[in-house]
Amino acid sequence: MPHILSIVTFLPLLGAAAIIAASLLIKGDKEAAAPAARWIALGTTLVVLAVSVLLTAQFDPSNTAYQFVEHMPWFAGAAYHLGVDGVSILFVLLTAFLMPICVIASWKSIEHRVVEYMVAFLVLETLVIGVFTALDLFLFYVFFEGTLVPMFLIIGIWGGANRIYASYKFFLYTLLGSVLMLLAMLWMAHETGTTSIPDLKNYEFGAQAQTLLWLAFFASFAVKMPMWPVHTWLPDAHVQAPTAGSVILAGILLKLGGYGFILFNLPMFPLASEMFTPLVFALSVIAVVYTSLVAFRQTDIKKLIAYSSVAHMGFVTMGIFAGNETGVQGAVFQMLSHGLISGALFLCVGVVYDRMHTREIAFYGGLTARMPWYAAIFLMFTMANVGLPGTSGFVGEVLTMTGAYQVSTWTALIAASGVIFSAVYALTLFRNVMYGPITNPALESITDIDKRELLLFVPLIIGTIGLGLYPNAILDITGPSVEALTTAYRAAIGG
Amino acid sequence: MTDLSSALQLAAPEVTLAVGGLVLLMIGAFAGEKATRLVSGLSVLLLLVATALTVTGPLGLAFGGTYIADPLSVYGKALIFLSSAVAIILGDGWMHRNKIAKFEYPVLIVLASVGMGMMASSGDLISLYIGIEMHSLALYVLAAYRRDSLVASEAGLKYFVLGALSSGILLYGASLIYGFAGSMKFDEIAAFASNNPGPGLIFGMVFLIAGLAFKVSAAPFHMWTPDVYQGAPTPVVALFATAPKVAAMILIARVLIDGFNLAHFQWAQVIILISLISFAVGAFGGLMQKDIQRLLAYSSIINIGYALLGVAAGTELGVQAMLMFMTLYVIDQFGFFAVLLSLSRNGRPIRNISDLAGLKQDRPVTAIALTILSLSAVGIPPLSGFWGKFYVFGAAADAGYWMAGVAGLVASVVAAFYYLRLIKMMWFDAPATEVKTDKAPLEAQWIAWAAAAFAFPVVIVALAWLEPLTKAAAAGVGVG
Repeated sequence: MPHILSIVTFLPLLGAAAIIAASLLIKGDKEAAAPAARWIALGTTLVVLAVSVLLTAQFDPSNTAYQFVEHMPWFAGAAYHLGVDGVSILFVLLTAFLMPICVIASWKSIEHRVVEYMVAFLVLETLVIGVFTALDLFLFYVFFEGTLVPMFLIIGIWGGANRIYASYKFFLYTLLGSVLMLLAMLWMAHETGTTSIPDLKNYEFGAQAQTLLWLAFFASFAVKMPMWPVHTWLPDAHVQAPTAGSVILAGILLKLGGYGFILFNLPMFPLASEMFTPLVFALSVIAVVYTSLVAFRQTDIKKLIAYSSVAHMGFVTMGIFAGNETGVQGAVFQMLSHGLISGALFLCVGVVYDRMHTREIAFYGGLTARMPWYAAIFLMFTMANVGLPGTSGFVGEVLTMTGAYQVSTWTALIAASGVIFSAVYALTLFRNVMYGPITNPALESITDIDKRELLLFVPLIIGTIGLGLYPNAILDITGPSVEALTTAYRAAIGG
Repeated sequence: MTDLSSALQLAAPEVTLAVGGLVLLMIGAFAGEKATRLVSGLSVLLLLVATALTVTGPLGLAFGGTYIADPLSVYGKALIFLSSAVAIILGDGWMHRNKIAKFEYPVLIVLASVGMGMMASSGDLISLYIGIEMHSLALYVLAAYRRDSLVASEAGLKYFVLGALSSGILLYGASLIYGFAGSMKFDEIAAFASNNPGPGLIFGMVFLIAGLAFKVSAAPFHMWTPDVYQGAPTPVVALFATAPKVAAMILIARVLIDGFNLAHFQWAQVIILISLISFAVGAFGGLMQKDIQRLLAYSSIINIGYALLGVAAGTELGVQAMLMFMTLYVIDQFGFFAVLLSLSRNGRPIRNISDLAGLKQDRPVTAIALTILSLSAVGIPPLSGFWGKFYVFGAAADAGYWMAGVAGLVASVVAAFYYLRLIKMMWFDAPATEVKTDKAPLEAQWIAWAAAAFAFPVVIVALAWLEPLTKAAAAGVGVG
C-alpha cells in the first residue's frame, strides 16, 4: 500500500471530518448527532488500528533504516518527510491500540458535546501518530506542539471541578518547554542547512553547541515526560481530565518525551548526553523514590496513579541515558508497557468514578464483596504496576535497571529500592479500596463491571500478560534499531 | 521633461490615490452624506487600482532619489493598500449601523494611504517625514471620528498630542543627521556613516528610531496604544493595527539598513533593546486586561517586538522574516477586529472578555474562528502566527541573537495566557447572560471567517507562495 504512513496518520482526521459532516446533516437537538459521532469515532479508530497492524506486519525489523519513507518538499527547506523505524512503529501501534479503548471508555461517561469530544480525540490521534512518524525537524515540531490544543480542550471542557486551572497549567508548562526546543531547531536548520532528522543524526555538532542544544531539547522533553522537578502539572492534569483523557495522557502523551530523547538527544548530541548522564540519573532516581513516597500519601486514587506514572517514567529516562542496548531496549519496553498498565489503571478508576462520582480513597473499602470481577482486574494491574514477574511491568524495570547497573551501580541500586516503594503504595491502595468490610452505605448497591467495561480490559490484560511472558515480541522489533543507535552512540563518545 | 514623466510614472500609485481621493472628496462634498456608500465603494476601487498600478508599475528612482520604487516598496504598498481597502469595507457597515455615516471616513483612509505609500517608498529624510505626517494627520482625525463620544475624543487627542511630540523628536533626529552627514538621502548618509559614524550621527539616529518606534507602538513608546485602541472606533483600530504598522516597519527597515548600513552594530543594539522591552510590556501588560481591544493593544506591542527582531538581524533573511511576519500578522489582526465587529448584544458591541462567555453555544462558527485566530496568535503550529515567529526567530538565530530569541519565546508563553483566556471564555464557561447575540453584519462575518480560514488551513498552502514573494521583496536589502 503506497503512502501507508500518510494514511495511518491522517485517517483519524478524515474521521473527524466525517463526524462534523454528520453533525451538520443530522437535525434535532444539540446531542442528536451523539450516537453517530460515537460510532464513526469507533469505526475510524478501529480502521486505524487495522492499518497499523498491517503496517507492523509489513515492517522488516532487521532493516535499521527508516521504512515506508515518504518525502515531499514543503517550503523554506522543510519537507513533508515520514518514516518509521523499529522504535517508532511500536508507538504508532500503541496509539492505534489505545484509541478505540478510549472511545469505548467515553461511550457513556461523556454525555454533553459528544461531537466535539470525538473530534478532539481523533485530531489528537492524528497529531500523536504524526509525531511518531515525522522525520523532518519542523514537521515533528508541528505535530508535537499541536497535541497541546486538543488536550487543552479535552481537559478544559470535559474535565472535573478544577479543570480550568489544570488545563492552563498543562498548556503553559509544556509550551514553555517546547519554545526553547523551537529555537534550537531553528539554529540547527540554519547551521546544517538540512531539516531531515536522519541526516541530522549523522551531523557532528561541536561540543559546546551540543551542550546548548541538548539542554534546549531536554527542557521540552523533560517537561513532557515529566521528570522531577517539572512534573507538577501532571497530577493536576490527570485528576481533572476525563477518564479517556487520562488514558491518552499517561498512555501516549508522556511517551512523546521519551521518544524525543531517543530521537534527538541521544543520537544527535552524544557528547552532551554523556556529560549530562549523571544529572539525568540523579533526576531519575529522585523521581523514582520521591514520587513513590508522594504517591503513598495521596488521598485521591487518580492522583496516586499519576504520581506512580512519574516514578515509572524515572526508569525510562534512566534506561535511555544508560546509553547501552539493554537500557534503551528496557526504556522503550517500559514506555510501551506503562502505556498499557497506566491506561488500564486509569480505566479502573473510571469504573468506580462513573458509579460513585468520587475518587477519594477513604470513600471506598470492601469492594471485593460487591465487585469481584473488578477486584480481580484491579489486582492484576496493580501487580503489573508494581512489576510482578510475568507481567510487562517487570521486564521493563529489570532491563532498565540492568542497563543502568552497567553504567552506575548506585543509580541502579537506588532505583531498585523504588520498586519496593511502589509495592507499598500500590498494595496500600488496593487494600484500602478493596478489602475489609463495607463501611460506607453508599457502596452497598454498587454493581460489578458490565460487558462494555470488560471489553475495555480484555485487550489490555492480554497485552500486559502477553508481553510479560513473551517480551521478545517487542524486543525483536526494536532490537536492530536500538542496537544501531547505541552502537553509534558508543562510537561517538569513544567508549 | 522626460525625467518628470518617468518620475510620475514611478509614483503613479500615490498620484492616482491623491487625485482620486480629492475627487471623492468633491463627490462627497457636493452629494452630501447620502453618497457615503458610493464614496466607500469608489475608495475601495481606487485602492485596488493603486495596488494594480503598484504591482505592474516600473521600478526605479524618482525625484532625484527621494522616491524609491523597488521590490520592497511594491510588496509593502500592495499590503498597505489592500489593508486600507479592508478597513474601509469594515468601517462602512459599522458607520451605517451606528448611524454616523460620513463620506470623510473612506476619503481619510485613502489620503492616509497616500502617506503610507510614501513611507514605503521614501528614499530620503524629507519624503520620510512627509509620508509620516501625511498618514498621521489623517489617522488623528479618524481616531476621534466619533466626536460625540468622550472616550473617542480622548483617544484622538491623546494620539494627536503624543504623535506630535514623537514627530518633533523624529524631526530633531533628522536635522541632526542632516547636520552631521550633510545629506538627506539614505545612500549618501550611508556613505558618510561608513567613514565616520560619530556621536552626532548616532544621536540623530537614535532620535529617529525613537520617533519611528512611536509609530509602530513599540515599547517604551507605546503609551498611547492601549488608550487609543480602547477609545477609537473598532474599524479604525483595525486600520491602526495593520497598514500604518506595515508602512512604518518597512520605513524602519529601509532607513536603518540602507541609511546606516555600516553602523549596523550601533543601531541593532537599540532595536534589540526596544524589542526586549516590547516583549516584556506586551506580555505582562496584557495579563490583567478586561477590555478586548486593550488586550489587542498589548498583543500588538509584543508582536511589533517580534517584527523588530527581524529588522535587527539586518540581513536579507531578517527583512524577509519581517515582511512574512507582518503579512501574517495583518491578516490575523483583521480577523480579530472583524470578529469584534460581528459580535453585539442588543445593539451594544461586545467589549469585555467576560462577554465572550459561552459564545460557543450561541455562535459556534464565530467561536471557532476566534479560537483559531487566538491559537494562531499564541503561535501554535501549523497556524499562521507560528510561521511568522518561525521566520523571525530563524533570522534572529541566524544572526546570532540568542538571548533575544529566548526572551521573545518566553514572552510568547506569558502572552499565551491571555489568548487562552479568550478560548477559555468561549468554550469552558457557561453563558453569563440569556441574551442572544444580534445577527452579525455580513461583511464583518465573512472577513472574520476568511481570516480564520487563512490562519488555518489555507496558510499551509499559501506559505509556499508567500515565501518566494517575500524573498524577492527583501532581495538586496541587507547590511554588509
